[in-house]
Amino acid sequence: MSAECMAETYIARSSAIAARMLGGEMMIMSALDSTFFTLNEVATVIWQAADGHTPLSTIIESRVCPEFEVEADEAQRDAEQFVTELAQRGILLVSDKPIQETKPGMAEA
Amino acid sequence: MSLLVEMNDKAMALGIPLSVHIDVTYRCNERCVHCYLDHDDKGEMSTAEIKGILDQLAEAGVFFLTFSGGEVFMRQDFLEIVEYARHLTFNVKVKTNGVMIHEAEAKRLKELGVEQVQLSVYSHRPEVHDAITKLPGSLKRTVNSIRFLKSQGLKVTMSNVMMTVNRQDQAGTHALAKQLGVAYTLDPTVTPKLDGDTSILSLRVDEDNLDELFTDPDLVGDVEEFCAAPAPPDEDLMEGYSCSAGHTACYINPYGEVFPCVQFPLPTGNLRRQKFADIWYHSPQMNEVRSVKVKDLTVCSSCSHAGTCTRCPGLAYMEGSMRGPSSSDCEKSFHRTGIPSANMLRKASMASHGPLVQILPMMM
Repeated sequence: MSAECMAETYIARSSAIAARMLGGEMMIMSALDSTFFTLNEVATVIWQAADGHTPLSTIIESRVCPEFEVEADEAQRDAEQFVTELAQRGILLVSDKPIQETKPGMAEA
Repeated sequence: MSLLVEMNDKAMALGIPLSVHIDVTYRCNERCVHCYLDHDDKGEMSTAEIKGILDQLAEAGVFFLTFSGGEVFMRQDFLEIVEYARHLTFNVKVKTNGVMIHEAEAKRLKELGVEQVQLSVYSHRPEVHDAITKLPGSLKRTVNSIRFLKSQGLKVTMSNVMMTVNRQDQAGTHALAKQLGVAYTLDPTVTPKLDGDTSILSLRVDEDNLDELFTDPDLVGDVEEFCAAPAPPDEDLMEGYSCSAGHTACYINPYGEVFPCVQFPLPTGNLRRQKFADIWYHSPQMNEVRSVKVKDLTVCSSCSHAGTCTRCPGLAYMEGSMRGPSSSDCEKSFHRTGIPSANMLRKASMASHGPLVQILPMMM
């Protein structure tokens, strides 16, 4: 297996956001451009688990698949798309290395 | 329907306090002629008390948090409080006069991810603004702070209160906001002081000024639409509520007292003795406020403006009943559309009948 295939994806919540659960959905507002999002239940689980040091594949395997009874491959594809979209909007940080926790007022890596 | 409106409806249905306004102090370095507050510190909450309350608000589902005062920067721990609030991922808005904001404070507010800073500016002319704030040099300092905040890329709003003493400067103040590249809001509302003193109501602008305000496209957008006659109220409207106070919003003063809104001085509990959730869900006063539907309003339920009026239940409460009319909003509806409100018609009718009891001096 190549090194590229082995690469893990690590995700962390940006500190430049406001977020709160409302009736099972996560509301998120970007402090960068005031864009407002809501995440569905699956996306909310991934968001909450985005601690910067748990690989995305582990989040899917340990949280998404058992809680939502979905196949790992399908969940991985959907999660990668979701992660890319949120990263493009600056509300999720993505790296192939573990990400240090960021707090508001601290510079993001 | 926008996502925000959808979330608001959801919060309303679930009874979640989506927005909370906290005055962290009543102390102020300005003494604005129209201010409704008593600026003496009567034992404001400590840093730890406020942080404890923020924990409870996050737990309760609060998303939008407004910090105001008094002047928030009179508290030396203000930025520490904002940092804590942002750590709890609130969407934070700060209301300030900006007098104490320099480059360092502006930079910190930006770093902390504050959503918006709102500053009060009453005129583009120092002699008018400073006479209102009673702080010499305040306009210059506030405008400087707006520049600092803008240079950090923060979203800034300049808010003006239209009064008898600055009405002539409205256009100039708006032009100043445009020149600074910030949003501008104008409100003709002057409220009684929290202790019930109504003397400051003499600062309210007269009818001509309201007409002028409501027909200014720069302020209201499409004048024809804004001033259109209201649609007849339907059943859905009658079963609804006129305001978010007590439904998805509330106010906390510097002493930990909780009210339905900053303009609604009905005490519902104190966070120094009770948990926020207990007050929000179980206070009889809060429950009474949220029980009042449009159909329950004593005069306004029969008013043609019921669906479009900005009726403030807090101002109505200060006038005598949270179910009654708020006269200043009746006047706004009238001057916006030219159609008198039910309350105005009622008052006119009562006046034309003369006094109910006539007492004549006994003829000797």
